[in-house]
Amino acid sequence: MFYRECGNYKDSYASDMAIFPIPLDQYGFIIMMIFAFLVIPLTASDYWLSNIMIPFYCFGLSAIGLNILAGYAGQISIGHAAFMAVGAYASLILYGRYGIPLIPSILGGGLISSAVGTIFGLPSLRIKGFYLAIATLASQFIIQWIIVHWQWVSGGVFGTVETPDMQIFGLLINTPVKKYFLTLGWVVVLAIVAKNLVRGQLGRNWQAIRDVDYAAEIIGVNLYKDKLIAFAVSTFYAGISGSLITFCYYGAANIEEFHVMVSFALLGMIIIGGLGTILGSFFGAGFFVLLPIGINQVLGNFMAVVPSEILSNLEAIIFGGLIVLFLIVEPYGMARLWHTIKDKMRLWPFPY
Amino acid sequence: MNEKKEPILRAENITISFGGLQALDGVSLVIYPGEILGIIGPNGAGKTTMLNIINGFYKPDKGRIIFEGRERPKKMKPDLIAAQGIARTFQNLALFSGMSALGNIMVGRTMLMHSNIFSQGLYWGFSQKEEIEHRRAAERIIDFLQIENIRRTPASMLPYGLRKRVELARALAAEPKLLLLDEPMAGMNLEEKEDIARFILDANEELGYTIALIEHDMGVVMDICDRIVVLDFGKKIAEGTADEIKADPKVIKAYLGEAGG
Amino acid sequence: MAFFFEVLVTGLMVGIMYSLVALGFALIFKASDVFNMAQGDMSLLAGLALVGFLELNFPLWLALLCTIAIMTVLAYGTVFIVLKPLVARPPIMLFMATFGLAYMIQGIGQSIWGTQAKGLNLGIPDIPVTIGGLFLSTFDLTFGAVAGILVVILVWFFHKTRTGRALRAVSDDHEAALSVGIPLLKAWAVTWMIAGIVAVVAGIAWGTRMGVQFSISYIAYKALPVLIIGGLDSIMGVIIAGLVVGAGENLSEVFIGPYVGGGIQTFFPYLIALLVLYFKPYGLFGKEIIERV
Repeated sequence: MFYRECGNYKDSYASDMAIFPIPLDQYGFIIMMIFAFLVIPLTASDYWLSNIMIPFYCFGLSAIGLNILAGYAGQISIGHAAFMAVGAYASLILYGRYGIPLIPSILGGGLISSAVGTIFGLPSLRIKGFYLAIATLASQFIIQWIIVHWQWVSGGVFGTVETPDMQIFGLLINTPVKKYFLTLGWVVVLAIVAKNLVRGQLGRNWQAIRDVDYAAEIIGVNLYKDKLIAFAVSTFYAGISGSLITFCYYGAANIEEFHVMVSFALLGMIIIGGLGTILGSFFGAGFFVLLPIGINQVLGNFMAVVPSEILSNLEAIIFGGLIVLFLIVEPYGMARLWHTIKDKMRLWPFPY
Repeated sequence: MNEKKEPILRAENITISFGGLQALDGVSLVIYPGEILGIIGPNGAGKTTMLNIINGFYKPDKGRIIFEGRERPKKMKPDLIAAQGIARTFQNLALFSGMSALGNIMVGRTMLMHSNIFSQGLYWGFSQKEEIEHRRAAERIIDFLQIENIRRTPASMLPYGLRKRVELARALAAEPKLLLLDEPMAGMNLEEKEDIARFILDANEELGYTIALIEHDMGVVMDICDRIVVLDFGKKIAEGTADEIKADPKVIKAYLGEAGG
Repeated sequence: MAFFFEVLVTGLMVGIMYSLVALGFALIFKASDVFNMAQGDMSLLAGLALVGFLELNFPLWLALLCTIAIMTVLAYGTVFIVLKPLVARPPIMLFMATFGLAYMIQGIGQSIWGTQAKGLNLGIPDIPVTIGGLFLSTFDLTFGAVAGILVVILVWFFHKTRTGRALRAVSDDHEAALSVGIPLLKAWAVTWMIAGIVAVVAGIAWGTRMGVQFSISYIAYKALPVLIIGGLDSIMGVIIAGLVVGAGENLSEVFIGPYVGGGIQTFFPYLIALLVLYFKPYGLFGKEIIERV
């Protein structure tokens, strides 16, 4: 009821340009943080922490990355899972083989993924739209092949590398709670950075390129540079996310976890969650992670054991159906629905 | 009036063709600082092509562009030309429809902003100061064009007339040395036209912008332009003040056809 | 040298099948300006349905007919339920919608006919024959021939029949076609149906070769680069590109593969596509688009 803009006069541009210009949003953010940092780790079971929350955060992170590229800069990538793989293997090699500390290793995974991503972003200087999408599909297959066939990368066991024990300053990261915090820390920092980027000059340039590229160039946006930066930032996020999901969730780098289907799923997540929103990336990821559990719960009322076959087929049908539905009904996804609700509340009880 | 001044832009002998169609054939024109130059001519005369060459979107087959006394390299990219101080609006609106009016205007300032990606990501120090400073500048333009009430409205939801105005704001936001307007009043009613004409005159007189504009409404062109260039079938057929143009037999012939001439 | 030619001809046979799948893409792209990412899943569905009907002891012709009927229903459903509301949106939205479609087709198909890999035996013997001193598989020859015939029929259909010409008119200019009375959505539906029939042939060809299973849907991803190399608006270009890619990947797999660890088939077409795109952004035979302001 007090979620109002009226009566909250801003007396400086700084306060008008804050991430959350309305006080209740600020409280909402604080409450969310309290939940993430205190309530969830204290109350959730180990199963929820390691099998739901951690993959949720990780997919949310790569969805942010893809959203920056596709939702903001308008450069569709359908090979994004490959960059998660680059991050995963790179950080494992840095940590396991060269003994570099954990945090720098994960960061290194992101940076290496970013470098590879920038190279695969080069075609975006010449081509756009579907052509570019196909070029990014090329990155998926080429990277996959390199990881499987170059023994130096995969360690020789057909694309699978176990993660060693994780340590930060001698502290062993071995319980779900510790892994949860490791993931959460990265996610919070990177989500805020992403939000800052997309609402600043760079984010505006990206959206300009997405909407009318020639006008953007004529106005003074350096298309080449900003497109490549979008690829670099986006694949950096993918790399970090791949490295985190491998360290904290899968426990081993396996190329099958970064298959082309994962790339498609990421695209589905940002469509359902909301193209061109950071919040929507989390909505989409949350939906993706919770969907099989939800189906299981519902079907569990009717049968004792839900066959995995039915589960995966239903998952595909619902996921695909929602992609289509959202594109038709609400092209900006769940995040727009959320904003619509907020806008209604903002003006309540005077809806004019 | 400005004959003694050095021109800000000099286009010499511009020639370009598209797949055999001669769009411009040896056209030369100059733009003096502080003036409003009108470019007129029948449909297909090559007016928009001329603007596209001036701001570097097309590269001429022959001829050269000299901006502020320096010859422009053959393959200069449009964004670098924009950074030199040439801004424009488009005949068929090219607003960034996914952004608010304010966002569009802020994009217009992009080449005046210099904070790096890391500073932007943290939104700390220089980046924040810069963002606020440019927001202030954008608000001045919003004030000037009287579009305060729509600054947060997504561009895709604005009515046609306001879209044109936001585009003008976006071009003004770049603080260009030369402003190119491609049919800023097309499709407007009389009242809207008068508004835009006033803004253009104010931008020229109060803010000191140099402007070259294409417009079909002869009345407006004759009223607000200091000098006029007439193109027909890719050639320049006349140049001069409004009165000179009105009296020029070649112009009358181009507009009224053989029978009228 | 004979060995080289064997590899080359085998590659060309596979190449024709790539052309076939790429044609499925090209048809839909020309009609509705969109890459149909569900093309591979359509092949999977066709294969699954065919095997399903054969398992019910339908004769082959009836099973084929039923499968084509299913593809027709799918085509009309897709166009009138999924694409119709998206007509005025940017093409990239339609493109993304086909991802959703892919998921749905895959989920529905496997719900009905199961996820187990199934053999598809149409009685074609898989024995090598010798032609002109070259050892070739009858399998490859048969499907190479079938694909070749289908390509010829399609080209004939689009250039010589009334319906075909109407469809081409739609692909050239939506609005102009509408103004001369060709209904857009109907034309799309027919195109999707033809793409569905192409998917049936591809599903049979690849299904007999490697069993009807999920991975059939990946074949489509190999046909995409073929489309790009050829250039989207050129049917001849796509056919030539298919042959080039088929021959190229087979030759490189046999002669270069052993030195780099094998399996380069998986990405070789993409590598060529990237190179082509870099030098010719509209493909080898595509028309260049001049941008206007």
